[in-house]
Parts: sequence; C-alpha cells; structure tokens
Amino acid sequence: MSRLGTPFLDRNEHHPLEDYLRMDRIPHIWCPTCGLGTALNCMLHAIKKSGIPRQNIAVVSGIGCSGRAAGYVNLDSFHTTHGRAIPFATGLKLANPKLKVVLFSGDGDLIAIGGNHLIHAARRNIDLTVIGINNFNYAMTGGQFGPTTPEKARMTTAPYGSFEHPFNVPFLVDSCGATYVARWTALHVRHLTNSILEALHHKGFSFIEVISPCSTVYARRNRLGDGLDLLKYYHENSEIRNGINTRKCDITFQGRLIVGKFVDKEKPTYSDTMTKSLSEALGDRYVPYQGPMQGKNGD
Amino acid sequence: MKSNTPAVLTGAHYWDGDFACAEGAIAVGCRFFAGYPITPSTEVAERIALRFPLIGGVFVQMEDELGSMAAILGAAWAGTKSMTVTSGPGFSLMQENIGLGAMTETPCIVVNVQRGGPSTGLPTLTGQQDMMQARWGSHGDYEIIALSPSSPQECFDLTITCFNLSEKYRVPVLLMMDECVGHMTEKVVVPALGKIKVQHRRWYRGAKEKYRPYVPAKDGVPPMVKTGDDYRFHITGLTHDQRGYPVINPACQKQCVGRLVRKIKDNADKIIILKEEETEDADVIVVSYGISYRVATKAIADARKKGVKVGSLRLITVWPFPEKRIVELAKKTKCLVMPEINQGQVYLALERCAKGMCKTKLVPHYGGWVHDPNDILKAIIEGAR
Repeated sequence: MSRLGTPFLDRNEHHPLEDYLRMDRIPHIWCPTCGLGTALNCMLHAIKKSGIPRQNIAVVSGIGCSGRAAGYVNLDSFHTTHGRAIPFATGLKLANPKLKVVLFSGDGDLIAIGGNHLIHAARRNIDLTVIGINNFNYAMTGGQFGPTTPEKARMTTAPYGSFEHPFNVPFLVDSCGATYVARWTALHVRHLTNSILEALHHKGFSFIEVISPCSTVYARRNRLGDGLDLLKYYHENSEIRNGINTRKCDITFQGRLIVGKFVDKEKPTYSDTMTKSLSEALGDRYVPYQGPMQGKNGD
Repeated sequence: MKSNTPAVLTGAHYWDGDFACAEGAIAVGCRFFAGYPITPSTEVAERIALRFPLIGGVFVQMEDELGSMAAILGAAWAGTKSMTVTSGPGFSLMQENIGLGAMTETPCIVVNVQRGGPSTGLPTLTGQQDMMQARWGSHGDYEIIALSPSSPQECFDLTITCFNLSEKYRVPVLLMMDECVGHMTEKVVVPALGKIKVQHRRWYRGAKEKYRPYVPAKDGVPPMVKTGDDYRFHITGLTHDQRGYPVINPACQKQCVGRLVRKIKDNADKIIILKEEETEDADVIVVSYGISYRVATKAIADARKKGVKVGSLRLITVWPFPEKRIVELAKKTKCLVMPEINQGQVYLALERCAKGMCKTKLVPHYGGWVHDPNDILKAIIEGAR
C-alpha cells in the first residue's frame, strides 16, 4: 500500500488534542522538523490544562508559516494580514473583554512588519498572550533575512551573510512594558507549555519567544544540518536563566541561547487604567462598555 | 444606568459635519472606535472620545491607521459595531485591511474626510481625490459601498445609513466626506431614538454544528456569528470555501470572489440612493456629489435663469455606481455635466455609462477649494447647445 494512501492517524486512535484541532485540516503544511507543530502542540496542551472554557479562547495569527496555525485550531480563529495580528486582537479583546485572546505568529510578522503594534501593545499592557515563533528568517517566502536573523547568517537576501544587528526580542518587549516575558526553544516542550499556561492566566501583555528550527531554509542555507542538528544545538547551548536581565539575552550566530522566564510582574492593564481613569474623571456619569451585541434574540 | 447623558441627542443642534458623523455613529449603535489623529477628520475622533465614556463605548487611539483598521475588524468579529475615521494619507494606510474586511465580509465603516493630495498634499483644504481609491484602493477584485454627504445633516443621516448597509451586505462601507462638509457648521436635527432605522446584525439562527461562515442567504450575504459563542469558526484573508477554509485554486477564487462582487452588484438597486431634481425633460443634467453638489446648485439656478433646461442628479451613493440610471438619462438628455474636485475620477464611470449616447463634460478642479459656480455654468451652457 502506498504511503501516500495511508491516513494520518490510525482510525481507531485519537490524537490527544483532537478536540482542539480541526482534524479536517490536518495534515498541516509545515515542513518535517519544523518547530511550529511543537509550539502549537504546547499551546494547545496549555489551553487544555488552563481550564479556560474553549469558547472563551480566540486565536489570532498574521501571515507566514506560523500564520497558518489559526487555521488548524478548533477554536474561534483569525488569519489576518501581515503584521496586523496584534491590532486585530486588540479590537477583538477590547470589544469582548471576556475573551482570552492568544496570538500565534512569527518573527517577521510580529517583530518586523508588525513591530509598531508589538511595542504599543506592550506599552499599553493590553491583556493578550503572544506566542512569537522565531526561526530567524522569513521562511514562507524562501529564506530571507529578518530583524532576528543573527549576524553572519546567510539568507537569500543576505547571500554574503547578514550584517544587520538583530533584535533581542525579550529585551525589546520588556523595555516596552510587557509584564510577562519568557523565551524557550522548541526543544523545551515542558517549560514552554508551562510558560504558555502561566501566560494564559497572567493579566496583561505576555510574550513568549519560541526559538524554532527551520531546517528547510535557515539550516540549509547555513549548512547547519537538519532539524535534529538544530535541536542538538539548542540542547548543547541553551542556558536556563530565569529572571535574568533581558539586556543579556542577545542571540549570536550558533552562540549560546539564554532561555527562561525573564519577567513576571503585575501592572494595571489597558482596561484597568481605562476604567479607573474614566471612573475618577466622570464619577457616576461614566458608563462602562456593556460588551458586544447579543446574538440570536434581541437584536 | 447611572448615566444621565442619552446616547441619542434628540433635538436640533448646530454641529459641523465631523461632529454630526460621530453622533450618527453613536445613534445607530456604534460602540467601538479605533483611530489615529489626522486633519481634517480628527474632530470625529475627539467627539467620540468625549462621548463614548458617557454612553458605554470603547474608544482606542491606535499607533497608526493600519492598526486602527485592523482593530475595528477585530471588534466587529467580537460582535460590536465599529468604525474608524481618517483622511487621505491614513486612508492609503488602511487599504490592505479594508481588503481584509471585504474578503472576510466584516461589517464596519470607514470615514474619509477628504483633503487635497497626493501625499501630504493639503492637510487643511478640501478635495474629492480619493473617490477612485475608495472603489478599488485595496488590491484584488471586490466591490464596495461608498456614500458622499453634502451637509452636516447628511453626515449624521448617512453615517447611520453606512452602518445599516454594512450590516446588511457585510462589507466595509465608506463615508466619503470632504473637508468642506466636515468643517461646515449647520443645523442638524437628530430624531427621536425610535425614529432611527437600525439594521441589526444578521445573526445566524441555524444549528450550531451546521454553521459554515460563508453559506450565503438568498441575497448572497451570509449570516454572521460572533466570537465566544462556541461556533469555533475560522476566518482568513486567503481565498476560502464556505467553511472559511483556505482553498488555493482558480475554482475557489471564482466562487469566493464572485460572490463578493455579486452581492453588491446584484443588490445595487437596493443600495443606491440618488436625488434627482428636474431631470425629466432636462437638456443638461449636472451629476455631482458631496460639496460639489452644493456649488452646482448655484450654477443650476443661474442656468435656469438663462432659460436652460437643466436638471440635477446627486450621487448620495457613489459606489456602486448608478449605471442603470445614467444609461437611462444619457438616452434622453443632451449632456451630462460632472463637477469634481479632482481631475476626473467618478467621471470615468459616468463617461463609460453614457456610451456616447449624449455628450459628457467634466468640470475638473484641483484640491484646495471648491469650484467657481461660473465654471459649472459655462459647461452647462456649452452642453445645452
């Protein structure tokens, strides 16, 4: 029997996350050894463990390899435009504050084209959980360098090696006001799942960077071997430093990777400060937002 | 409710167009606003920022217009009527997400208080130069609805109409104001709450497990659900099937985009609002919209004094273009005259529909100020010959 003809899963077996995946959309489009499946798996395990009712969770993604995640989760999910996952999620969250809005998107989407929204969402401390997959390049378009590509890495638009200084993402979001910041690699599945779980229960802007292997373009163009070799690199070079000053989290080409939970603090969220400030200013005249229109009946 | 400030300020007011627009939005039930300051639209945002906390709305000032447009789409999917307001440069920045709104069939409204362009152009002076951008400013094939008010009263009334059309046809609707109308102060009468016609969201009422986001009703428009009601739907800007799942092939493009276009084109007669005056036996008909209509009325009155039989067709709805009516009028009149504060944008559609059956005359004007009525008068007289 042809391998192509075999179903993805044995009919009698069930994927443990079947309730959280659109099984009619599986298999996904991601390459073998890509870290996106692992990160999505961690996210869904965390959602499952969180006890948050499934209907109260919405997933928003932008464009790129990671952007496709929204299409695979069996939750209210939005695949938006390039870079605009955060403002879309901002509107969704503010218009229905009961929702737990989770973003799953990539480095190009969140940090390059969407960078402006990222820093302002962090500044506002808006209650969003952002899972930022960093594979060091624009993979969907064939492997161009981006704002997180380590210096010297060769990409199709940096054929002689990238010479731009990359972002230290945890430092960026920390300095802008994010109240939960962590970084793990796709190898740290338990830590990552726990971090996402914490972030889901955290009130405020949380950002979890996931260093994720891209063997098809990043590793291949830099002759770093296959996906397993990248995981070995993570294994040998990751250093868990919880609470470290995010300033010290720079990533260099094939250098050591500082991972861990760096920031976990309380600060009033956008909604908190809005309600407090308007109540103080207007007293009894302040009418808080009553939530979205009611479906079905009424209007 | 503790508030003593009503949402609908029933009575007569002396408002500018920007304020009237904000009040129209509040009156029809808009409760989410995201925007970025830009002249000459800022007064709408200022009014909303002042009023929303008193009536239970969310006002958020975003970091840019791309974010503003994305945020109102998110809010619409949360189940709230949402809007943004901008002017030329901001309108350009919104285009990609207006396309997302068209593709995902998201009800919301975008107000563009037009100024002279291109680029930074004339921030404080008028223009009607974004009319063609309103039609197809985002990439790809789609149809949109755009209305153009000529007075502060209409800024109030048509903002309500825009929301109603947006809910009915599930498409971003554009209110194409211009600086003159936005900053013109006139009497605005706000009706009693019960007298305001409100098109409610077309909620899906079938079985939860049978819900597919893009199964259209008879008029081509699918009913909608909102986030958080356990429908677990998926929405994407990719070409998608009725389930909302991406399908990247020509057959699905035809089905998906075909309906986006048809739902507007097939319902054009219901969408289009025109105002006609003395067109029946007119030798010349002035076709105008926005502030240019107000200027044209002077030219029309002067022409009539000179004995020219001249009528007026005002495009309250500019897009979809009233093709049928233009064809009918072109058959029985000598000339269609169109003044626009641009070098000929909506005129292109007019000329195409007239198909040589009558003369067509563009009266162009550069941004910054309205026409001299004598220029329109001259065109009317030439047209009548």
